[in-house]
Amino acid sequence: MPENMPETLLTTVPAGWAVLAGMILCALAFFAAALDSALSARAEGAGRGGWLAPAWSTARLLRQRRRTVVAADTLLLRVGAAGMLGGSFLMVAVIPFGRWTLADLDVGVVWFNTVDVMVWALVWLAGWGANSVHGLVGGYRFLAHGLAYELPLMFALVAPAIAAGSLRVSDVAGAQDRLWFAVWMPVAFVIFLVGVTGFSVWGPFAAALGADVAGGVLAELSGVDRLVLQAGRYAFLAAGAAFSVPLFLGGGAGPFLPEWAWVVVKTVAVLAVLVWLRRKLPVFRPDRFLEIGWVVLLPAAVAQDLVVSLVVVWKG
Amino acid sequence: MVAAIVFWGLAVVAVAAGVAVFVVDSMARATYALALSFIAVGALIILLQQSYLGVITILMMVMEMAVMAVYMVMFMGMNPALMPMDMTHGKKTAIGASAGVFVLLASGALLIPWPERRGVPAEDITNALGLEIMGEKMLVMAVVGPVMVATIVSGVVLAAGRTRYDRLGDDLRRRPADDPQPGGVGR
Amino acid sequence: MSLEVVLLVAAALFAVGLYGALSQQVVVMVMMGLELMVNGVLLAAAGFWWFMAPAPSGQVLLLVVLAAMTVEMAMGFAVATLLHRRRQTDMTDMAEDLSR
Repeated sequence: MPENMPETLLTTVPAGWAVLAGMILCALAFFAAALDSALSARAEGAGRGGWLAPAWSTARLLRQRRRTVVAADTLLLRVGAAGMLGGSFLMVAVIPFGRWTLADLDVGVVWFNTVDVMVWALVWLAGWGANSVHGLVGGYRFLAHGLAYELPLMFALVAPAIAAGSLRVSDVAGAQDRLWFAVWMPVAFVIFLVGVTGFSVWGPFAAALGADVAGGVLAELSGVDRLVLQAGRYAFLAAGAAFSVPLFLGGGAGPFLPEWAWVVVKTVAVLAVLVWLRRKLPVFRPDRFLEIGWVVLLPAAVAQDLVVSLVVVWKG
Repeated sequence: MVAAIVFWGLAVVAVAAGVAVFVVDSMARATYALALSFIAVGALIILLQQSYLGVITILMMVMEMAVMAVYMVMFMGMNPALMPMDMTHGKKTAIGASAGVFVLLASGALLIPWPERRGVPAEDITNALGLEIMGEKMLVMAVVGPVMVATIVSGVVLAAGRTRYDRLGDDLRRRPADDPQPGGVGR
Repeated sequence: MSLEVVLLVAAALFAVGLYGALSQQVVVMVMMGLELMVNGVLLAAAGFWWFMAPAPSGQVLLLVVLAAMTVEMAMGFAVATLLHRRRQTDMTDMAEDLSR
């Protein structure tokens, strides 16, 4: 650990505040969904509408009666769908919100990685449990994408941890008081964002939910199951965007506004970019992207780690 | 008190999920029961203050079980309809042997007078582990690294059904390569 | 929570895993049994570390156990794939000649 570590003025709040953290995450997820449907409405020429569309579909799905396929493995299906929403809450637990945090875990970065690996299991379980071909194809597509993005993501997470000399998220945020990590490790930042879209089954990585397989994992999901899985995707996208703030964007550092406000502003900005990118990028075919992940992204991430390590050693 | 309740809760989950692996009649359930057992053991390791190792156990094992499930389906070919599955041999011998081993290990655990605790844990256990593997125990990690690489290489060699001659032709000059699944880079 | 009960839980995990490794016919299920045995070893090692000698070097042992587990899995999957490719089987009984 470096000697000149800044004094962390972080307060671990009682567990009850998790409710507020959950509400903030839900609000961010709703913002992402609303922004996406507003952009969709504009692209389709429907004008300014669309911002409230997620609210209507939430209400509709809450009232919808669940249908099931014969011999569906309902237990695994529900674990997969509900786990997506639950997992995103686990992820935000270690993110410092200004001067407060729910859990100042000494291995926060690894914790984030662990939760995002859970998505592998959850998406596949939701696809398998439905007992439908389309769902299972979707689950396999996601695993293939996962194999491609996960290792580069892991090595991208190593870079800020090396530079900060700590796996504690607040230490990583505190180590960027002069220069944001996003500035001097851009490759790691980009690969991190690729990973975030990956584990949110979002945009280029939505092949698991593709229209060409009748919705893939979502094909047989209805009612509350469908709602929690979709909400979980947006919540994971929001959680990933929020995690990029302490990891690459200097945490709560910024002029005029209080620290927590800067965390929100930066999160919303990253989230908006990720949502906006969905309609700018094609869906990556899992079989094609696998090679890109291993032949391009992984060496790039390792090279980034090497550069960061050399800089850290050189600066002493 | 709270720690004791959490410990026993996790212990019951770990063992019950472990038993479920060989009891349930669905491959997906069996695989993810094992994942649950590992998650419980990872949490127990965190409870024993080794947070890095506990979290890394959960990370690795969930990932591994996600892959394991694919292999299960690939090799066994069953649908999610919970088909009765009993593919065992020598069940009675196995039960006898494992019961014997359990009695042996459990009586050892309970009867051996374990020595007193020596030394105190470091202030920052994860940091101490990092310093250890980059310092005194570096040889261990220096060996583990090449072993991992050798595993990757030999695993691919064993599992791959095609060689470079299948891809690139007998003179290795065919471009682009003849692949059943073309990659995204265009090698 | 004491060393004895941690070892008891670890012994239970090991025994269940041993049952699986001995009784299952399908290669992948045998591997799950082996995994469960290593799971018990992992817990026992963590317990020994915490209750007997919480020096940093002990944790390295757990790291090695984890590494051994990944090697076991990777080679297991590779051999299972090879077996399946050559003989269209995944049962240990049909690969008995390999042990001769």
